[in-house]
Parts: sequence; C-alpha cells; structure tokens
Amino acid sequence: MTQIIDRRFSDKNKSAVNRSRFISRFKSHIKKAVAEAISKRSITEIEKGEKVIIPAKDLSQPIFRYGIGGIRETVYPYNQDFVKNDRIKRPLEGSGKSQGSGASNTDTIGSDDFGFELSREEFLNLFFEDLALPDLIKKQFSQIQTSTPVRAGFKKYGALPSLNILRSLRNALGRRIAFSMSEKTELEEIEKKLKQLNMLNPENSDNPEIINLLERKNKLIQKISAIPFIDTTDLRFRNIVLQPKPSTQAVMFCLMDVSGSMDEARKELAKRFFILLYLFLTKTYQKIEIVFIRHHTTAKEVDEHEFFYSRETGGTVVSTALELMMKIIRERYLSSDWNIYGAEASDGDNWNADSPHCAEVLIQEIMPCVQYFAYVEISPQAHQNLWEAYVEVEKKCKHFAMRTVENTAEIYPVFRELFRKKTS
Amino acid sequence: MKKKLLSTTSEWTMDRIQRFDREIARIAKLYQLDTYPNRIEIINSEQMLDAYSSVGMPMNYHHWSFGKKFLDAEKEYRRGYSGLAYEMVINSDPCLSYLLEENSMVTQAVVIAHACYGHNSFFKNNYLFQLWTHAESIIDYLVFAKHYIQSCEEKYGVSKVEELLDVCHALMNYGVDRYRRPAPLSMEKEKEQQKEREAYLQSQVNELWRVTLRDKARKKAEQNAEHMLHFPEEPQENILYFIEKNAPLLEPWQREVIRIVRKIAQYFYPQRQTKMMNEGWATFWHYTIIQKLYDEKLVNDQFMMEFLPLHTNVILQPPFSHPGYAGLNPYALGFKIFSDIKESSGDKWIEAVDFAMRNYKDESFIAQYLSPKVIRDLRLFSIIDDEAQPELVVSAIHNEEGYQKVREALSRQYNLSQNEPDIQVYNVNQRGDRSLTLRYIPNNNRPLSEDTEAVLKHLRFLWSFPVRLETVDASGSVVSVHEA
Repeated sequence: MTQIIDRRFSDKNKSAVNRSRFISRFKSHIKKAVAEAISKRSITEIEKGEKVIIPAKDLSQPIFRYGIGGIRETVYPYNQDFVKNDRIKRPLEGSGKSQGSGASNTDTIGSDDFGFELSREEFLNLFFEDLALPDLIKKQFSQIQTSTPVRAGFKKYGALPSLNILRSLRNALGRRIAFSMSEKTELEEIEKKLKQLNMLNPENSDNPEIINLLERKNKLIQKISAIPFIDTTDLRFRNIVLQPKPSTQAVMFCLMDVSGSMDEARKELAKRFFILLYLFLTKTYQKIEIVFIRHHTTAKEVDEHEFFYSRETGGTVVSTALELMMKIIRERYLSSDWNIYGAEASDGDNWNADSPHCAEVLIQEIMPCVQYFAYVEISPQAHQNLWEAYVEVEKKCKHFAMRTVENTAEIYPVFRELFRKKTS
Repeated sequence: MKKKLLSTTSEWTMDRIQRFDREIARIAKLYQLDTYPNRIEIINSEQMLDAYSSVGMPMNYHHWSFGKKFLDAEKEYRRGYSGLAYEMVINSDPCLSYLLEENSMVTQAVVIAHACYGHNSFFKNNYLFQLWTHAESIIDYLVFAKHYIQSCEEKYGVSKVEELLDVCHALMNYGVDRYRRPAPLSMEKEKEQQKEREAYLQSQVNELWRVTLRDKARKKAEQNAEHMLHFPEEPQENILYFIEKNAPLLEPWQREVIRIVRKIAQYFYPQRQTKMMNEGWATFWHYTIIQKLYDEKLVNDQFMMEFLPLHTNVILQPPFSHPGYAGLNPYALGFKIFSDIKESSGDKWIEAVDFAMRNYKDESFIAQYLSPKVIRDLRLFSIIDDEAQPELVVSAIHNEEGYQKVREALSRQYNLSQNEPDIQVYNVNQRGDRSLTLRYIPNNNRPLSEDTEAVLKHLRFLWSFPVRLETVDASGSVVSVHEA
C-alpha cells in the first residue's frame, strides 16, 4: 500500500546549515567582497545583497581523474555524413564554444569560478560582525515611535482652552430642563387653577385659595430661577490622546571634518559609522534623506561622493558645520514630520576658540530639535578642547553620545547608549 | 462496467494522486513489476533544492560542499537556467519518492509510474543493487552517520571534522569494494559494532607498528638482504578501506568517519554503474503504463496530449553538432534499447525486459542488447581522439562493418573502471619511512589530471607519512612518480 504524504509545509530550510558552513568556510573571500562592497557602495545602497565570486582553485574538491591526452574513443549520436576513417580537425581549445564572449566582458565569471549571491541578511550579518554588534541588538533595531495627538471623544475635566462650548451648553440646557421639570408642571397647573378662579370670581382677590396659589407660584418661580444656567458638571472638554504613530521620514546629517589630518583610513571608519546610523534609521523610517556636510574652516553641503572622496587641507572650524546644519534644518526640515539625526565624525582637531561656541550651538539650537546626535572622534592623538566642550554637551543632553573610535569594532558602543535608553 | 476517467483537470489533489497511484499499481502488477512498498512525498521547489544538495538523500551529514551545491542549484533555478527535476527517488525500503508540487496532474501520474514503479522495481531486482545496497537499512544508516558526525563535531570541532571529510570526499570513488559483499546492518547493530571496532582497530594498528619497531636488529638484516616484505600482499583497490584499517596515527573516530564516507560511496556505486539502464527502464515503464491507462480509457485524449510532449522531451537526444548537445541522453538510449528488446521478443516481452533489467549493468547491457536497429536509429558513430595524431579519426559508423565496433566502444564508455584511473595501494614501507605507495596503471596512455598532487596531499593527511604515486607502464616498470 502506498503512503502519500504532503511534506510541503515541513522540513524547511534543510540546507541552511550547509549553506552557512559554506559561507564560513569561505569567509575570507566573502568578507573581502563585503568590505569592497562597503567602500564602493553609497550609504543608501548598503542594504542589498552582494554577489560574491570565489576563484575555482580555492573551491576545488580534487579527485583522481584523467587529464587531457592519451587515446580516447567516444560514441556520438546522429552521424550526418561521416564514413569510416574520415579525419576531422581537432576542435580548438574550449571546443569552440562561445568564443569571444568572455574576452569582451571582464565582469563575467571565469568558467570555473563560483559566483553566488549573498542574501541581504547574510550581507548585513557580515557587516554587523565587523562592528561587533550583539545579536540581540541586531534584532532590536526596534521601532522608534512618535505620537500624534488624536481626538478621542470628550471628558469631564480638562484645561479651559480645550473646553467644548457647544457640548457644555447642551449639557447645561438638558440639566436645566431635567431639574425644573416637576416645578414647571406644577406651575402650569397653578396658572390653570388661577385662571379658573379668576373667571368665576374676578372681583374677589382676597380669596385665600388664590393667595395660597400665588404664594406657591412665586416660590416655584424662585426655585426655577435658582437652577444655575451652567454648572461645572455640564462642562465638557475635548479629549486628546497621544496615539503612537510610526514616523515615516527622517533626515540624517552626516558631518565630517575633511581637513588634511583626516586620511583615507579615518574616512573609511567614518563611513562605517554613518552606514550603521543609516541602517538603524532604515529599520525605523520609510523615507530617509541624507545631508552631507563637510567642513574645514568653512562648511559646505555636498553629495556623497564628494563627501567621502575629495580632499581638502587647512584648519578646522567645527561650528561652521553645526551652523550650516541648523540653517538647513530651519530651511527644510523644521516641520514635526521630520525626525532629525545628526552624526559627526572628526579627528578632534578644532580651532581652540571655536569649541565653546560649538557646544553652545549644539545645546541651544541643535539638540532640542534632533532625536539623537552622535559624535565619534577617530583615532585622535590626544583629546583636544573640542572633546572637552562636547563632554559638557553630553552632560546636559541625554540624546547626545560621543566616543573615541580606534577601529570599526568600537563604533557600536556609540549606539548602545541609544538602545539602553530605549530598553530601560 | 463503465470506466471512469481518473482525472479531467490538470490540477492535482491528494485524492487524485491516490487514485492514479492505485490504477498504476494495478497495471504494474499486471506487468509483473516487483516493487518495494511506496512512500510518496509531495515537496516544494525549495525542498527539492535541498534534496539536490544532499545528493538525493533524505538526510545527510553537514558539509560545506553540499551548501555549495545548494547555492549553485538555487542560482541556476532562480535565473531560470534550469528547471527542477520532476521527482527524486531514493533506493530504500519503503521506496521514497519526492514529487514536486509544481507538477501538473499529468506530470504527477507520469512521475509516479516512472519513479514509484519503474526505478523502484529496478532498485529491488537489479543484481548490483541486491549485491551492494541494503534498501531496508539505508535510512537507519544515514541517521546513524549524521548523528555520529554531529557528535564528532561537538567533540572535536567542526573544522577538524570538515577537514577529514574533505579528504574522504577526494577519495570517495576509491572507497568502494567491487568484489566483496558487506553484511547488512541495522542502526543498533551498527552502533554496537562501531564501539567494538574502535577498540579493536586501534589495538591492531598499535600491534602492527609495535612489532615492526621492536625487532630493529632483525629488520635491519632483512633490509640488507633487500628482502622487501610486501604489505599489502595484493594491491588494494579500495584505498579508503585500506587507510581506515591501516593508517598508523588516525584516531578511532577518524576511522569511523572514513568508514561512513566509504559506506555511502558503496551505496551509490550501483547507481553510478546503472544510470542509463535505470533511467531507460523507468522511462520504458512510464511510457508503457500510461499507454495502458489510455487503452483502458482511464485517461482521455487531453491527458495524452499533455503526456506525449512531456515524454518526448524526456527522451530528446540532440545531435552531436547541436549547441545543446551534452552527451548521450541516458533516458533516450535506455528507452530505445528496452523498447527494442520488447519489439524483438514477441509475446514473451515481459520476461525478456525483466531478465535484462535483473542481470546487467550499463556496460554489459550495451554489449548484450545494443542492436543494429538502435545503432541505426540513433546513427551512432565513434571517434578516436589520439593525442599523437593531428586529427580525430572516425573509427566506426552505423553500418554492417561498424555495428560491433560501435557497440564495443559504447560499452567501454559506460565501463566505470575505464572512466576512473586505475589506482591501487601497492606497498607500505614498513621498515623505513613508513611511506605509502600507490600505483597507477594507465589506460590508453591517458595521463592523470593536475588534481593528482592535491589528492595525494589529502592522502598524506590521512596516512601521516609520505605518500607516493607511481605510474607504471605495461611491462610493470615505473615511469614516473608523484610524491606528497
């Protein structure tokens, strides 16, 4: 008897272990490809997978087999016009297949080289590995949510500006009607009786019954008028609740010192740092704009390529960059729709008199409008006054983080600050 | 009684598969196909890729090379360079077949006939399979192997095990017995014996080297007399077996891993020798069975209209000059030969094809059954490529003079031992440097590939002492030596 089993929904990913074994075996190749990709890619493209090519010789699984040469006899199908003892020219090396196609395109993989796509996750894992990110944090690139005020009915207490007049008055009216109901009915009856008595005996105003009724009537009128026009119980206030809403856009400011002392290695490190911030933001926001500001004695907004690859010399005035950042925020990103992140990389050099000014700009202008500002000082000789000025900023602003970074593995702690705040 | 159509739509359901299976089983019985019970599993494309990469095993130990295979197959598949196989079938009892979910109802029916009754009966009855594989215990053995290797990884580290497996894989084709018959073992027995073997083997190895080292004086005398004692006495073709039993410094677990690789190689050995026959047999039966279903009016014209192109595609043989030519199509050749046997055997055709299936392998099957008609149909011709000659020479074509030659040439082409260099363990130098000598006897002057050095390095890793490969000529004298 045949057994028929639907196994489509079980046993998934049986090869995952083998695949990861493969990747770890060729880690050196793959990491090289990842490192190259990181330096080549623009920050916003970092999240794609990567094509990795491993040379055939490193992959080989050698076995004993025949080489070229000797005598071989092979049978082929569908003879056309050969007869016995026909002589045929030996086909050229590579048996004439697709000649010339390889030569023109240097990107094509050598016939025996092994090329495959690293998935996005695998690529990022390798990227993260360099940055020494703990697994938990990788997962925790969690949603940062902003909230928007949303109307949610009415409430009885609140601040006067949120008083809803219409509702309150309607309540008051209702209350007044309800409270005066019995009095009003009685009043109506008294009026009726008085009318009757007056009709029967118009002259007789001393009639004790009439006097009683009039007295009662005055009392009722007083009672009715005693009901307050509006009472605190009538008041209704607009109820505003803060509803968490995933914010959809962010702007990331990359500030970098490009004075002569920032060499390629330091810029590379800075790039990793900016990439990490970018990745962090992509977990949270749908749309991200990046503003690159580079500075020496003056600051300038540039495109990514110029940001990372062009060289400048000269002194350093950091505050110019901060001021430019503030100017751009005011011009373009002031509305509350934008989540603003700042990241600054520098080797710590600054014109002495400028550092206090930097701290001032940061504390008073920038910090209030950004979500987070991170400063990394890359391989400094010794901390200079910019560092000291920033220490003051760090004391005052919780969403400011600063670190010295010697190598890529140290970039991550800067971010840990942020996550610690989130989890507590 | 009015026969009911098995299916009118191309969508498959579990129920329809069951009905088809029942009818196909009935017809298979009618044709006296003797099969293991079937176990059919429907899988998706990703699982099929998984199955590819574990070399068609329902489970296997972990190794990076399987990961590479997976990536390779996945890449090809995703880019649409290659479709997936419709099925995969495992030589086990019950016979395990994987059917791809993307198949239409027609394809599923063909695949059931092909794998679950064609291949299945071949596995059960071909003499090589009966001799060398143990369908009832293979799954248990794979479970044992997987767990054993996993436990080794835990004990000795993944990289150490991986290194060893790399080496074993290099020698896998030289890990098969061709003439001895191992006894079938269940998992429990296997475990039990493995423990015993571990202890025993180590003691044996110790003994071998202890004795030889102790009697130094006598050894010297013998050496001086140039009385070279041969060990092994006869050349050994199963290199991995020899290493497992005799390598001086291996740990017991390493010997066991070698044994596992050897066992799996042995399990696949009959499949490598009967590829063409096996596929031809299965194709012949799916064709015959589906025809029968149609004759019995269990399937309609529409079904056949879908079946015929499918079948034609399976047995498509592009001519040698076609850009898509990739050698002889084993499905086409096997199908043609079995059909030819049927046509030339009259009423007794069932017995005739059954006999052929049971008692031959590719090489002997061609030598016995490749008839002039098939040679003519396929217009087979053979070409000699002699390095020493400036041009290729057509040695035979499909004519009276050529039939025999073509048949012989094609038979040789399917002879596994002609396709693999003949390399055997020749000697161990027990008194000197403990070096291991292998001998290669060239076939038609064909040299070894440049891989040889790398394989010897691997072998040296196992042997721990120098390894030498001597190439000898017809007279038995050494013409060249590789060393590692």
